[in-house]
Amino acid sequence: MNTFAQALSWINVRYLLEGFMVTLEVSAASIVISFILGTILGIIRYVKIKWVSAIVGFIIDIIRNLPLLLLLFFVYFGLPEMGVRLNAVSATIIALSIFEAAMIAEIVRSGINAVSKGQMEAARANGMTYTQAMVHIILPQALRKMIPPIVSQFISLIKDTSLATIILLPEVTFNAQLIYGQNVNYMIPMYVALAVLYFVVNYLLSLASRMLAKRLAI
Amino acid sequence: MLSIVSSNWGTLVSAFLVTLECSILGLIGSCVLGTAFALMEISPIKWVNAIGRIYVEVVRNIPLLVITMIFYVVIPKYVLPISGFAAGTIGLTIYTSAFIAETVRAGIEAISTGQMEGARSVGLTYFQAMTHIIFPQAIKVTIPPLGNQFINLVKNSSVLAFVSGFDLMYQGKLIAAATLDTFQTYFIVGIFYLIITMPLSYLMRYLEKRWQTA
Repeated sequence: MNTFAQALSWINVRYLLEGFMVTLEVSAASIVISFILGTILGIIRYVKIKWVSAIVGFIIDIIRNLPLLLLLFFVYFGLPEMGVRLNAVSATIIALSIFEAAMIAEIVRSGINAVSKGQMEAARANGMTYTQAMVHIILPQALRKMIPPIVSQFISLIKDTSLATIILLPEVTFNAQLIYGQNVNYMIPMYVALAVLYFVVNYLLSLASRMLAKRLAI
Repeated sequence: MLSIVSSNWGTLVSAFLVTLECSILGLIGSCVLGTAFALMEISPIKWVNAIGRIYVEVVRNIPLLVITMIFYVVIPKYVLPISGFAAGTIGLTIYTSAFIAETVRAGIEAISTGQMEGARSVGLTYFQAMTHIIFPQAIKVTIPPLGNQFINLVKNSSVLAFVSGFDLMYQGKLIAAATLDTFQTYFIVGIFYLIITMPLSYLMRYLEKRWQTA
């Protein structure tokens, strides 16, 4: 127990929390970007514009089927070869946003698909244009169905930020490794602390999503 | 690009096989473990139920990397020395098992409770009803999401790169460092991953569509 107290001294805890702030900032930025991008891509895929939707769909399929780590390497180590040099923070945000946008696009598409066809037909029959029907009738219903899968996608996004330790992003997993690098006995306390930090944030998110889904249920 | 492939062909193929091996071992392990925890989650016994739920919630909300690193650095130091490949595969198995438990539980719960009641009233035990009535029906609901979990598993096996597991990602890193041609090397590595994941994801989409209407 003594090593626990030593390992979790204020100076170490503060260092961990600094890292955790980076984790949360990178996650928040990626969540916002990937949500917007993913929704647009998902709608493009749903509405079936000739060629465009097929090509977008194919690119989304490729991104979804590659490991995130590979995308991260592409962005951080590959792009500089083409003259685009990025720091660890922006490389992580870009890679995460692209990867998660592809995931969210799939969720959005199947969410819209799940709304019964009669809804669109009825809205059109009442004189709404396609866009009006989409915005006022289809999307609000689809969104309700999409909340649980989208939130669990955000949870995996937060977990996946830990992969950025490999490009030396000073987030919480990286900082924890630095701390126990100085004293091997701090290893277990650091991993316990890491687990607790990630768990609290992600569990709260999943509780919030469950509550939201229940309140919005029709 | 061809020169990178031809001069590293042996390495790439062995790395591909390591990735495949880790994924298949992980799939078998996590299916067994996941089903066990799913059964615990729906168990009528309260404390068994609690253990299952806690396991799933905890494992699901912690990054794969953290779980893997625990097996890579903590276990060798305090318990017994294991290789990076073993640590990576165990970490992956445990991480995926939580997701599979959720999938299997959802599959079982999708079967109406009347099925269980009917089976029990005919005189089957709980265990018999599970294996003969509930499981065969639940499998159909479970296969497509299970396939998606396997795709995730293949992608997540890239975590072996962190623990020198000699998989595609790890060897890709080394080849990239040796040839200084990062972009093309990772392009090739990407194609190797797609060889496994793309056909699987199309197959799952097909099955989902087919079984939905059935």
